[in-house]
Amino acid sequence: MLCDNCSEREAQIHLTQIVNNSVTTLHLCEQCAAEKGVETGASVAKFPLGDFLASLGKTGGGEQAEVAPGVACPFCGGTLKDFRETGRLGCAMCYTTFEPHLRDLLRRLHGSSRHAGEQYAATPGAPVPESPAETGSREVGDLREKLRRAVEAENFELAAELRDRLKVLE
Amino acid sequence: MIDLALIPDGGLSWLDASGPVSNIVLSTRVRLARNLTTFPFAVRGREEDRRRVLEQVDRVWQRSPLSKGGMRFLVDDLEPADRLLLHERHLISKELASATGHGGGRSHAAVYLAGPLGLMVNEEDHLRLQVFHSGFALGTAYADLERLDRELGAALPVAFHQEFGYLTACPTNAGTGLRASVLIHLPGLVLTKEIAKVLQGLSQVGLTFRGLYGEGSEVVGNFFQLSNQTTLGKSEEELLDHLGKIVRQVVTYEEQARQVLLRDAPTIIEDKVWRAYALLRYARSLSFEEAMNLLSGVRLGVGLNLIPRLSVYTLNKLLIYTQPAHLAALDVRAPKDQEQRAARAAYVRQVLEDEAARAG
Repeated sequence: MLCDNCSEREAQIHLTQIVNNSVTTLHLCEQCAAEKGVETGASVAKFPLGDFLASLGKTGGGEQAEVAPGVACPFCGGTLKDFRETGRLGCAMCYTTFEPHLRDLLRRLHGSSRHAGEQYAATPGAPVPESPAETGSREVGDLREKLRRAVEAENFELAAELRDRLKVLE
Repeated sequence: MIDLALIPDGGLSWLDASGPVSNIVLSTRVRLARNLTTFPFAVRGREEDRRRVLEQVDRVWQRSPLSKGGMRFLVDDLEPADRLLLHERHLISKELASATGHGGGRSHAAVYLAGPLGLMVNEEDHLRLQVFHSGFALGTAYADLERLDRELGAALPVAFHQEFGYLTACPTNAGTGLRASVLIHLPGLVLTKEIAKVLQGLSQVGLTFRGLYGEGSEVVGNFFQLSNQTTLGKSEEELLDHLGKIVRQVVTYEEQARQVLLRDAPTIIEDKVWRAYALLRYARSLSFEEAMNLLSGVRLGVGLNLIPRLSVYTLNKLLIYTQPAHLAALDVRAPKDQEQRAARAAYVRQVLEDEAARAG
């Protein structure tokens, strides 16, 4: 099948979207998909956790602070190596200890690292503190959200623009 | 020894097929994963940590009006056969069902049951709250679960991160900790060979499918569990709304596929569903897989009004009670394989005979 956009290359990416209760499928080649700012789905959809964990050490958190190898969580003693082996974190504080790595991982798993859901009126436990890198990442989070909406609405021009802005920030 | 017969409705009130679209959507399940800040998660927790987690949860549960008429089991105290039985009813996870307990496995793991609500303690996460409703009922199911969640959240130091939301042992559950799933029967889409397209479409809209028993289980009898893949970045309402929309769409496709079958191949379909009924009604030996597939055929026949006087409730009951641990519970000799197939066939025959006699 040829790409719906350029009608030249073989379509590799089949983007099924549900807009106003009707399903539309867009068949795109990789190049056109990238130009239109379509994430290949692999970043949000099924993706084996093992691959993520294995890639954690290699990609790191970009410009964010790296967790030095061998750093152990002060609460449970768990390390990133433990996490990579078991796929499970040791305690709530691990999320703060390995924050840059986890932010990156959560984004790739869920397409976002920013919780948008409920929060108890008053959590009796001490909330886990935010890191100073927060402010920048919030802007990134907002942009990602806008990008997601733009792709959903098939507004590919806007999506491409947002993707470029994200690239600069990240 | 704990008597599971004391569980109100056997913890299976969702079987009664009273919910919306219950002919196609058997049940709706929503679960929330929560942890306490004050203890390590299960993989790093020591026995003493788990004991104290359970102690804290016990206190909250006993005070809660939601626990009224409910029960609490310590997984360690359950016979292996009873654990499997609870697993077949989807009331405890496979992990807890196969834990060996007493030092070797997961000591101080417990399950609380009250009406449609369930709570597992010391599973992968400290708390796994779940609710089961009959039919397609995401909204009401979540509303029930939210009450339990708020009560627990008001009394326990639940781990919450300003950016990441609720923290879980596995990052795939972080954020809302919410996994909503519907158990859906799609024989029409399987027979018309449209199912692959639908399942492929699901992964592209952030949903996933599994077999009858959730993660890692095979699809049998055309029963699929559809659920959200991601838990972070969207609100609970958005996640439920999105899943709901897609499930409604899948139900419509399924209904259309059934109409196509009736229109294009009425004789073949009628023959297929009655053959399935006849085998279930008279066979002397049935494997689990065969029983599931035949039940799927009969269920389709009931849905298309081809087989009269057979209730969806009866079919739901057969689905649960023909599973291995349930058959073993019927027969103290704990039948193995061949005997179990015979016991299964005998049980199915009896239920269908009773139903036919009642219908006159």
